[in-house]
Amino acid sequence: MFIPHTQEDRQEMLDKIGVSSVKELLSQIPQDLLYPALDLPRALSEQELTAHMQALAARNKPLKNFIGAGIYEHFIPAAVNALSSRGEFLTAYTPYQAEASQGTLQTIYEFQSCMCALTDMDVATASHYDGATALAEAALACLRLTNRTEILISAALHPHYKEVLQTYVRHQPGVCVKEAPLGADGTLDLEALSQRLSDKTACFVLATPNFFGCLEQAEEVSSRVHQAGALLTAVVNPIALGVMQTPGSYNADFAVAEGQPLGNAMNFGGPGLGIMTAKKAYMRQLPGRIVGIAKDKNGRRAFVLTLQAREQHIRRERASSNICSNEALCALNAVIYLTLLGPAGLAEVAELNLERAHQLAERVGKLPGFRVKYAAPFFNEFVLECPVPAKKIIQKLEKKGLSAGYALGKDFKGMENCLLVCATETKTTEDLQAYAEALGGIK
Amino acid sequence: MYNEENCRFAKTHEWAHMEGDIATVGISNHAQEEISDIVFVDLPKVGQQVTAGQNCCVIESVKSASEIYAPVSGEVVEVNSALTNDPALVNREPHGNGWLFKIKMTAPTEYENLLDLNAYKATLNK
Amino acid sequence: MKTILPHNALSLEKSRPGRRGVRFEQAEKHASAYLPEAYLRKSVPKLPELSEFETVRHFTRLSELNYCLDGEFYPLGSCTMKYNPKAYDVLSALPGFANVHPLAPESAVQGTLEALYGLQELLKKVTGLAAFTLQPAAGAHGELTGILTARAYHDARKDFKRTEVIVPDTAHGTNPATAHMAGYTVVNIKSAPDGRVDKEALQQALSDKTAVVMLTVPNTVGLFETDIREIADRVHKAGALFYLDGANFNALAGLVKPADMGADLMHLNVHKSFAAPHGGGGPGAGPVGAAAHVAPFLPKPMVELKNGKYTLSGKMPKSLGKMKAFFGNIAVCLRGYCYLRQFDGQTFRQIAENAVLNANYVRAALKDKFNAFFDCICMHECVLSINPAEMNGVHTSDIAKRLLDYGFYAPTIYFPLIVPEAMMVEPTETESKQMMDAFVDAMEQIYTEIQTEPQTVKDAPHSQCVCRIDEVSAAREPNLRW
Repeated sequence: MFIPHTQEDRQEMLDKIGVSSVKELLSQIPQDLLYPALDLPRALSEQELTAHMQALAARNKPLKNFIGAGIYEHFIPAAVNALSSRGEFLTAYTPYQAEASQGTLQTIYEFQSCMCALTDMDVATASHYDGATALAEAALACLRLTNRTEILISAALHPHYKEVLQTYVRHQPGVCVKEAPLGADGTLDLEALSQRLSDKTACFVLATPNFFGCLEQAEEVSSRVHQAGALLTAVVNPIALGVMQTPGSYNADFAVAEGQPLGNAMNFGGPGLGIMTAKKAYMRQLPGRIVGIAKDKNGRRAFVLTLQAREQHIRRERASSNICSNEALCALNAVIYLTLLGPAGLAEVAELNLERAHQLAERVGKLPGFRVKYAAPFFNEFVLECPVPAKKIIQKLEKKGLSAGYALGKDFKGMENCLLVCATETKTTEDLQAYAEALGGIK
Repeated sequence: MYNEENCRFAKTHEWAHMEGDIATVGISNHAQEEISDIVFVDLPKVGQQVTAGQNCCVIESVKSASEIYAPVSGEVVEVNSALTNDPALVNREPHGNGWLFKIKMTAPTEYENLLDLNAYKATLNK
Repeated sequence: MKTILPHNALSLEKSRPGRRGVRFEQAEKHASAYLPEAYLRKSVPKLPELSEFETVRHFTRLSELNYCLDGEFYPLGSCTMKYNPKAYDVLSALPGFANVHPLAPESAVQGTLEALYGLQELLKKVTGLAAFTLQPAAGAHGELTGILTARAYHDARKDFKRTEVIVPDTAHGTNPATAHMAGYTVVNIKSAPDGRVDKEALQQALSDKTAVVMLTVPNTVGLFETDIREIADRVHKAGALFYLDGANFNALAGLVKPADMGADLMHLNVHKSFAAPHGGGGPGAGPVGAAAHVAPFLPKPMVELKNGKYTLSGKMPKSLGKMKAFFGNIAVCLRGYCYLRQFDGQTFRQIAENAVLNANYVRAALKDKFNAFFDCICMHECVLSINPAEMNGVHTSDIAKRLLDYGFYAPTIYFPLIVPEAMMVEPTETESKQMMDAFVDAMEQIYTEIQTEPQTVKDAPHSQCVCRIDEVSAAREPNLRW
């Protein structure tokens, strides 16, 4: 079924090539290496495979999800998948032949435009693997731009982002990553931040909302960072930007985000959608694909991959990155989602997130033994301090069909009783009530 | 402005034109033809120290990125800021308004060791 | 052939203030009830404002401007544009898989973990390697993962003098770019005249400073490295690791095992070697396999099976760390799992053989007019070029554009860099003889046009929604957003 050739086709082809068997075509391969035993399981028919995959999918328990922590459950309008699953988008390649790829190219240009509008930044790339790798690549660009060697990060940056950043920059000569600590309210200690900024600091990585859900005083942070001659890279939540101050408004140099919340399913964390935007001055330091407007020879508007001399296929070891793909299909989902919502729809979703999370915080914060840990403003998730280890809460709520949140003890010492809880617009008032009731009996 | 006859050349296709201890640097007509439509020139920074034979500037076309080597050593004292808005100047006037940068030389003998026009042209015919 | 469509406006140009595609319920309070003034957005973002129907029209229309594998033959060398069964798209998107949070309790995600574990095991069987990480999001990301794994291996042995990565000049640009990103110095070695590794040059480049030798097999000109084992031995003798770029693994699966060839590390492309659509540029997935002595250094976590339960919580103290947030491009990996469950060893062999048969058929059919640069039997792709004397001022880029007029996507052009005016053709295993015959006909007609009416070729394409695009002005004055 996968191979179309009939016996006659095969023979005619062999005749044309001038060999008597396919094996003759493999004479370049040392014969003692050829045809190893593979010991694979029996091949399944499509019907059997379907049953097998359905059974596996059914082994995942459908829990009501209150976890955020970098991947967020949002409502996805039906038109998003209906459009992005069209074979014309799904089975096209990277748009090398621009004239035959105007559809993909224009959607990427529209995606870049939407990302700039959302963040109030000047330029955007066609997307990266995920938010964490987008941050790592932005940090590498900051090192190149400043010729400095330190990357200062918020202690409340997502732990996976911290690890990925380390992996990416660790082997750059002389480069190190340092943390700026938090104050008691769950946001950056600004005095400590100022002390840690120096003439070695290439950039400060600000996460707002931070990993604990808290919103930072971005303008104040920005001015302190720039006073030290460092660049500011903001890690943001694209849905929150429907109502929240933008990286452009507080003069960020780079803004990155995980774009999954924009019309992409959670998919156990991947594929993600790395969003990267920057000030225009850094345009030529951006890694990865970028689409621009061009004209065809009759003067008609067209779209092309541009600024390619930055890239690995031309610069090889001197390229700004080795990346040679983007998450085009996820970016397509995002741009369709934003086109359906428009600015008003996005603001509505953002306000619903604010409302549901605050309603939940109010309910559970009042329960005996529980309290909302931080006083800082938050968007759609917050840290709940519990009377028992967070792991226990998760186990108990799982039995009631709820996924309670993310236990912070694994990544943050001394936070064993802390649970990171998220409520998006997908959680109804009844869901919030069920959650609070389930917690209610726990002491 | 910087006529070919009055310039010295590196084998790597840069030219230098000396006035006092200042060398103006550009790329040869042959080099701009090879690179073809130039879309961006990544110039060195004023104040940067450069060493003869070392990469200090990149010229981009749509399909290529060419490294430009300093023909002489010294400090970059001026860069051609007109190229920021009009990189094609290098294509149109490689020996005129398409110059790249000026170096205050630390070892003027390096200039003497560069090729004259005829010797440079001879390398192209090889 | 596609009909010419009129100029397609941007969604932002079609926008009308107040139009909406989707509504949500109204929150009881505005954002200002929850957030201090200073944290609020000051201006409305300039996003498109369209109805749902307009949105559907807009994107449907844009989709029609694309060539795609479902519609057209894509002979793109080294990109492996083969058919991906539709079942995998459906099955990987089952709600039970798609709506799972990566940090949900492990007891609630056993189905996903079982599939991922199954994929790791199947990849081990197909390659003979000891372990696989599913974390890398693409081939280039897999390369970086592999080289950083090698680095962690050498560092753990306190072998810090190894600072170089050897790459042949035929390598894909990602190889040197990857080595550089991992903090290594790149040493390029020339190829032998037959397009294979120059063993002399390799031997001279190898030293106690060599950390890794990266090799693509079949290589980027479509040839198998016949002396692969000797090459691997020399690499190992120098104390370096042998990295196999598995970009072309579809032509090897079932024919040879990378472990038998001496590979210490390799990445695979789930989207190319196995089965996932390219999506206009991604997402892909680039699992990396390692031999036993290197496996402990792979990224963490990996799926393990302990006491009948699948878990991600295993300790990997020597691991290089994380390459991306969470665990990998799961939706793509699930497609790879489907593919590997649908075929047995015998079928993989046939699939690989077919990739080789098809490439050689195209090569043989075109060799009189488009001389194969390396005049010998190839593996899964062939490099073609026209005798410069017969080109009549036409360039390979013109032939590529003219092919669009005949209803074919273009081959990979100007790669490999060592072949002037190269066209690299990879029909893949799933194309029929009839489709390849049609492609050969088109190429022959273009050859005739080059001799009789070269201007037609130079002015191509004539059939697309836009004519030849001026990339120079786009790069000189970049307009990257509306």
